[in-house]
Amino acid sequence: MTVSIQAVNDFVIKFANVNGSGSASANGMFAKALFRMGIPCAPRNIFPSNIQGLPTWFEVRVSEAGHLGRREGVDLMVAMNAETYAQDVAEVRPGGFLLYDSTKPFPKSLRRDDISFIGVPIAQLILGEFADPKQRQLFKNIVYVGALAELLQMEWGVLTDMIEEQFKGKTKLIGPNVRALEIGRDYARDYLETPLPIRVARCDGVGDSILIDGNTAAALGFLWGGATVAAWYPITPSTSLAEAFEQHAGKLRRDEESQRNRFAVLQAEDELSAIGMVIGAGWNGARAFTATSGPGLSLMQEFLGLAYFAEIPAVLVDVQRAGPSTGMPTRTQQSDLLLGAYASHGDTKHVMLLPSTPKECFDFAVAALDLAERLQTPILIMTDLDLGMNDHISPPFQWDDGRCYDRGKVLDADGLDAVEKWGRYLDVDGDGIGWRTLPGTHPEKGSFFTRGTSRDEYAKYTESGEVYQRNMERLQKKWATAATLVPKAEIREGSKPKSCGIIYYGTSEPPMAEALQALKRQGIELDAMRIRAFPFGAEIYEFIDRHETVFVVEQNRDAQLRSLLIIEGDLDPAMLVPVLHYDGMPLPAQVVERHVAEYFAAHRKPRLSEVTP
Amino acid sequence: MTFVAKPRTHHPKLPRNDLGLTRRDYEGAVSTLCAGCGHDSVSAAIIQACHELSIPAHRVAKLSGIGCSSKTPTYFLGKSHGFNSVHGRMPSVATGANMANRELYYIGISGDGDTASIGLGQFAHIVRRRINMTYVVDNNGTYGLTKGQFSATNDKGSTSKKGAPNLYEPIDLAMMAIQIGATFVARSFSGDKGQLVPLLKAALKHEGFAFLDVISPCVAFNNHSGSTKSYEYVRGHTEAMTVADLIPIRDEITVDYAPGTVEDVTMPDGSTLRLHKLHRDYDPRDRVGAMDTLMRRAEAGEIATGLLYLDDEPSDCHEILQTVDAPLATLGEADLCPGSERLEAINAAFR
Repeated sequence: MTVSIQAVNDFVIKFANVNGSGSASANGMFAKALFRMGIPCAPRNIFPSNIQGLPTWFEVRVSEAGHLGRREGVDLMVAMNAETYAQDVAEVRPGGFLLYDSTKPFPKSLRRDDISFIGVPIAQLILGEFADPKQRQLFKNIVYVGALAELLQMEWGVLTDMIEEQFKGKTKLIGPNVRALEIGRDYARDYLETPLPIRVARCDGVGDSILIDGNTAAALGFLWGGATVAAWYPITPSTSLAEAFEQHAGKLRRDEESQRNRFAVLQAEDELSAIGMVIGAGWNGARAFTATSGPGLSLMQEFLGLAYFAEIPAVLVDVQRAGPSTGMPTRTQQSDLLLGAYASHGDTKHVMLLPSTPKECFDFAVAALDLAERLQTPILIMTDLDLGMNDHISPPFQWDDGRCYDRGKVLDADGLDAVEKWGRYLDVDGDGIGWRTLPGTHPEKGSFFTRGTSRDEYAKYTESGEVYQRNMERLQKKWATAATLVPKAEIREGSKPKSCGIIYYGTSEPPMAEALQALKRQGIELDAMRIRAFPFGAEIYEFIDRHETVFVVEQNRDAQLRSLLIIEGDLDPAMLVPVLHYDGMPLPAQVVERHVAEYFAAHRKPRLSEVTP
Repeated sequence: MTFVAKPRTHHPKLPRNDLGLTRRDYEGAVSTLCAGCGHDSVSAAIIQACHELSIPAHRVAKLSGIGCSSKTPTYFLGKSHGFNSVHGRMPSVATGANMANRELYYIGISGDGDTASIGLGQFAHIVRRRINMTYVVDNNGTYGLTKGQFSATNDKGSTSKKGAPNLYEPIDLAMMAIQIGATFVARSFSGDKGQLVPLLKAALKHEGFAFLDVISPCVAFNNHSGSTKSYEYVRGHTEAMTVADLIPIRDEITVDYAPGTVEDVTMPDGSTLRLHKLHRDYDPRDRVGAMDTLMRRAEAGEIATGLLYLDDEPSDCHEILQTVDAPLATLGEADLCPGSERLEAINAAFR
């Protein structure tokens, strides 16, 4: 018999359920309870593109050390879907546990003798207690949470408090929910050996953090950042961003006296229309955004080129999912980077912000609205399904009440009267950015024609090659200005110089510290840099220059960030070694560790332990 | 197009409107469309309508898509901001612009290709959303800028420049607009100033989505075999001329006919349009009746013109969305930012 895994606050639990059975909220409650016990944890919903009936999973990484990237292997499987038993049994690590509904016996053929099977007759327990078939289904989920509370030693009060909060307006539902918890707890207490060798214990690991998903965080950023027009078309995994904006704006942006809204949300007929609305609103002086995913970004290409060339502020969030085409619509990836960077035909380039945490989703949403108006161009915030749809432990949001929105270079009527000579595309400040005017400003001055065709500095249509080229060069100057305004890369270098570095971005951040620690234990030390925006600032190429070899970690097949670095920096491709992960699941630290270690072995690179006595 | 620059001075006795402005103050740049193009008549009618209504030009935003018609906003209201967007997508840009600032007049200019083909989806949805604007389609049944392909409003059986017949059913944009929620729908002919200008004025004053389908003949792409106005004929009867890109110079086609009568108009391609001006007794407030009239006239081979449908109490998208009276674009931090205290409450709700 294999020895059971022993762990306190350091394990992976996975729930296997049937989609549409109400399991997601019970599993979410489980994760939030751990968070409220001060234990760092990372819940991840692994769901099908389906509303009801297909298998769905929910994974929680529990790590007092704060390693919140995905980890391979499962320590405790809560197997509630007989259809996926075989697969679920196989995923459990030797010495791990599997909890199942023992109302029906677990198939003998699927049993393993190196893991422990824990049977709780959930359906049977429910049958005696609840009459309504719909309630029976829902409460099954609560019963296993109750059993887990006992098995893992979760604090009872934390769970019951959450139920009370959840059903504040519907107190009738509190009793039955608590009862369902008790049924599970009592069965475990009376019939099972508790606690399990893996368990939890209150600790001080989360501080003042919040537990929130990136889509909600970005929506709140847009709300605080002053967005008034949101246009969108439903697409997983970005839908909840627009919905969160509408929901929170309805509470926080309604005029108290008139009960009218200081915002407009438009569900467009498609993504072309959504970005068109954003561009129309931006042209007319409102702060506007859209949220979409890969297929939507593909559809928006033509309009993005217009906004780049006609110089109109626009903000877009791409919550990336696994492509190409419809790909795996409910899986995560970082595979739209090149599409975003050079969206649309002709010579175009777009500013991209690359957040890693919900806090950054909030901050970058605010920053994007400022940057769009300052730079008069589309700003793309590239998140992904893992960051957007899953809850993450994040530093709390902060707002300085003295902060003013940067509305960019806009001439009002007085400004137009004061200025001697005005041309929409005249570069009077030397930063490549002209002064724009808004419709309706001045009876005599400042009107111009916005167009996607070439024009001169005074917005007059031209087919002169010289004037066209001059304009394209000014846009390039504006691009250089953008590189100085976007968030700088975050660099972690020790005091001693190292020969190798590693670059990553977005949701590759959570597993990175863990991967670097593991590599260090193998004698491989790396300097690290997290890129947070495109265009790349000088600090990014200086970091690369300081190292012989730089690994570039990303979640796509084609090493898209690596390509961007090479194209934009004119680098020798041999300097940048791709570390790729693209199966649609979030990046585990072990993948990084394995790739880097293998590279060191294959290239006979000396490890630190070999060069230092 | 005309190559003579417009004089800057004008006759001192030109009539002035309530703002003390003459018609010339509402003009735009010189048109680059073919001489005699119906679209220029539409631009002239817009100039006249805005002048007569004493609309301050800078309070108008002109939006268009791509195509001959979409070029025309350059040729009227030179003091207005204009936006020549992408093909078929003017409706979404106009929607966003209108959401940002509800206080401006919005004039959208589109063509039959721009609205009935590439932009049919956006057209349908801007009608549904009831954006407060005047949406004009310069409808000539052809793609002018790419030299004469059929558009979706072209009648089945009519022939193209190359002589091929149109095999497909036409889309009636006015019918569609009535069916999906427009509160003002009219049809006219570019050369019928007497009908077009009043319709434009009514559309501009309408506080909802106003749609105007304007039949506007294309003078360039005409190839009715046997017609003396066809390319073939001109080539065959002209000497010492580079004929490949010849566009014959034509006079504008005008009409003037009484309500309740039918007028036959010969188009540049030699075909005849049968315009049926709606009778004075026609009730434009009857939505079903309007659709019935359109279909019956079409069956008789006629095109009904005039104010086809009107809802006297229109609602617009801002009413639907219950937005505040002040333009959203003018709101600042004090109105928009919930502040740090509220953000602390948000943080607390996620712990």
